[in-house]
Amino acid sequence: MARTLLLRGMLVGLVAGLIVFAFARWIGEPQVDRAIAFETSMDQAKGEAPEPEMVSRKIQSGLGLLTGAVVYSTALGGIFGIVFAFARGRLSAARPRALSALIAGLGFIAIVLVPSLKYPANPPSVGNPETIGVRTGAYFLLIAISLMSLILAIKAGRRLKKPFGPWNASLLAALLFVLLTGISAHFMPVIDEVPAGFPASLLWKFRIASWETQVVLWSVLGLLFGALTERQEAAAQQSGRAFPTSDEMRYS
Amino acid sequence: MSQSVAGSIASPVSIPVVPLRELLPWALFGGLLMLLLIYFVGAEQGATSLIHGRAVHEFVHDGRHLLGFPCH
Repeated sequence: MARTLLLRGMLVGLVAGLIVFAFARWIGEPQVDRAIAFETSMDQAKGEAPEPEMVSRKIQSGLGLLTGAVVYSTALGGIFGIVFAFARGRLSAARPRALSALIAGLGFIAIVLVPSLKYPANPPSVGNPETIGVRTGAYFLLIAISLMSLILAIKAGRRLKKPFGPWNASLLAALLFVLLTGISAHFMPVIDEVPAGFPASLLWKFRIASWETQVVLWSVLGLLFGALTERQEAAAQQSGRAFPTSDEMRYS
Repeated sequence: MSQSVAGSIASPVSIPVVPLRELLPWALFGGLLMLLLIYFVGAEQGATSLIHGRAVHEFVHDGRHLLGFPCH
């Protein structure tokens, strides 16, 4: 069963990656092009030669973007499948499509939304090449902190269920998550490297486009994975077997 | 969903649980491979380089920016 869920996650991720590519190409690329145009004009104003193109813009925005989107989404889908396999029947007794949507929602909040509030996506020409080490380290550290906070909050929420009831326990867990991530992010290095004169509206549009791209990815992942798993479970139950490969059942 | 809200003790619904000993090898090797793939899209030839040069970075450049990874 673990193998099926991992492969299903990767397959759903692959489909999501194609949609992500189409969306990023349509919404994101115009902003990338504008940012690169700004970078070129700044280089020209300073009298510097523009950076030599190692890979042409056409390939970067075409095959390169497709590769990046598909590989990233497929890999994320695989991890999603593994997490789903663990969470099914453990995290919650919900139906597959509800659990899948829940994991996608929580994953988006912990992996994308929270880290991007402190370290938002940056278009080309924003960012000092010399600080790439600090920026990369801080970014991945914040993702790790955010994920650990999510796990802690979920564990706390389960313990608080008995004394406070499910609704209040969920609220308290959410509050704990916000506090843990908020306080951690507050003490992490501030990174503000937007060059003078960079159009504010372009920065806004790029960051919104980046968010939207991630929303598309996580939505397709959560909804399609849940629908496929639910359909397969229904088919397996109709044919008399609860699950094709798993013989272990738990009655909750 | 309504079943789980109503209370997990009362409703005798069978939920297939993947045993940990079955899940662990897939999680370990699958997870590592997936993280390696994400590393190549998101961070290779940025702060750290496994492969010499800038080709990987330049090739996935647009995806890296739009997916929110630090770049350059």
